[in-house]
Amino acid sequence: MALFAVSLNLLLGYTGLVSFGHAAYFGVGAYTTGLLMKKAGVAFLLAFPAAGVLAGLCALVFGFFCVRLTKIYFAMLTLAFAQIVWAICFKWNDVTGGEQGMPEIPYPDLAWMERLPVVGDLRTSDHFHLLTVVVVALCFWLLRRIVGSPFGRILTTIRENPERAEFIGVHVRRWELLAFVLSGAFAGLAGALFGIFNRGVFPDFVYWTKSSEVLIMTILGGMGYFYGPAVGALVLLVLNQQITSYTEYWPFVLGTILIVLLFAFPGGIVGALDAGCRRLAGLRRA
Amino acid sequence: MLEVRGVQKAFDGFQAVAGVSLAVARGEIAAIIGPNGAGKTTLFNLVTGHLRPDAGAVLLEGRDITGLPPHQVCRLGMGRSFQRTNIFPRLSVFQNVQAAFISHRGRGLDLLSRVDRLYRDEAEALLASLGLLERAGEMSGFLSHGAQKQLELGIALASEPKLLLLDEPTAGMSATETHETIRLISRIARERDLTLLFTEHDMDVVFSIAQRITVLHQGHVIAEGAPAEVRSDPEVRRVYLGERR
Repeated sequence: MALFAVSLNLLLGYTGLVSFGHAAYFGVGAYTTGLLMKKAGVAFLLAFPAAGVLAGLCALVFGFFCVRLTKIYFAMLTLAFAQIVWAICFKWNDVTGGEQGMPEIPYPDLAWMERLPVVGDLRTSDHFHLLTVVVVALCFWLLRRIVGSPFGRILTTIRENPERAEFIGVHVRRWELLAFVLSGAFAGLAGALFGIFNRGVFPDFVYWTKSSEVLIMTILGGMGYFYGPAVGALVLLVLNQQITSYTEYWPFVLGTILIVLLFAFPGGIVGALDAGCRRLAGLRRA
Repeated sequence: MLEVRGVQKAFDGFQAVAGVSLAVARGEIAAIIGPNGAGKTTLFNLVTGHLRPDAGAVLLEGRDITGLPPHQVCRLGMGRSFQRTNIFPRLSVFQNVQAAFISHRGRGLDLLSRVDRLYRDEAEALLASLGLLERAGEMSGFLSHGAQKQLELGIALASEPKLLLLDEPTAGMSATETHETIRLISRIARERDLTLLFTEHDMDVVFSIAQRITVLHQGHVIAEGAPAEVRSDPEVRRVYLGERR
């Protein structure tokens, strides 16, 4: 989930595009890997990158139309495309399992891990969790490189001022589309991992509430910061577990937290921490 | 260098620019003046590709650039600053200029190298010539209005333009800032051998640096020539200078 949120941030935090249909690429990735591994028996090593590629392709097609619009129209169109994907997943019984989804996705063959020291004795599920951690760390590293590259700098100019960006010679729509595709591809990878972790892929992976959930994570954590959305994802999941254990009004609590956060700390959790640290550093210097 | 042939643009039936022609020679410093609403900014937008003319043509170094999108016009060697300050406010001063270098040198699709030190020397040299070097690390949105305008000039210069269009470069500036900016602009134009076309409402500025002035009124050119000729033109005195004195 953290990877999902960080991938969205490439669009939201760096390029300034609000995608309201990011779950589509998450879902496409999850279904791709799930289908390949369960029905076709393809190895994880192939099925996993396939999720990224297919989600990226999907983002390329949808993005081609979306980047022609701006602001709220852009957001609405991404939502519309995501709902189309959801409808396909929901209705295409033969392939996606329709409403029932696709349970019992096999774990990848991780027998080689048994030969490793220390971790060799763990169960298969733990092996997979370990693999997930490594893969996610790798994706984070890649995304970080992208954000810190000349390409990433151009994206921030588009966020700041698309008109000016045009007149330093940037073909704004092309860059937006590329950001959209990259973001979609990483969301697809996140979906692939989550599908296996969850031991099943279901249509609500693609539903619009999933898209809003990831938006909430990003805002909660702080969208201007690279790891902000990851923190947001963690906090949201932990809060969800903790609070639902003693009240059924979890959405109410979440809403209150979000309102307070948006007014008091628009930079999110990481933004507030960052500001706090700077103030402390300032005091020490004074 | 730049030639504009009878361009026209109407908005909802209002003829903002009604068949304007003008030419700017290489190395020239030319100005467009006219009262508010005369069509100066619209004319600029037609030249830079932000608007597509209803009729007429725009030529840059003899090449027809009519209707090309702004990013291509920019790549062909035209730089521009905007009337309302147009920078990247939440990037540092250095990053503002650096981004323009990245784009101009075609490194914008580079996904893997580190951006931090890229074009550092070029960007710092440019900032030094604008007198902004000490402020390179500051968030550009917090600079004074005058400094932001200078930074915008820097962004435009990073694209190494041959022709620079400045839309009211001293708008909203104090007298001192205006004076400094004008000195800066004329020095840079000389150093970099730039051709300059600017709009301005401050008459002192126009008559102090422009070699050639075009007067626009209600979308038409009503006079054109050296400052002295324009100043003594009876039509200009009536519609424009007369209103102000």
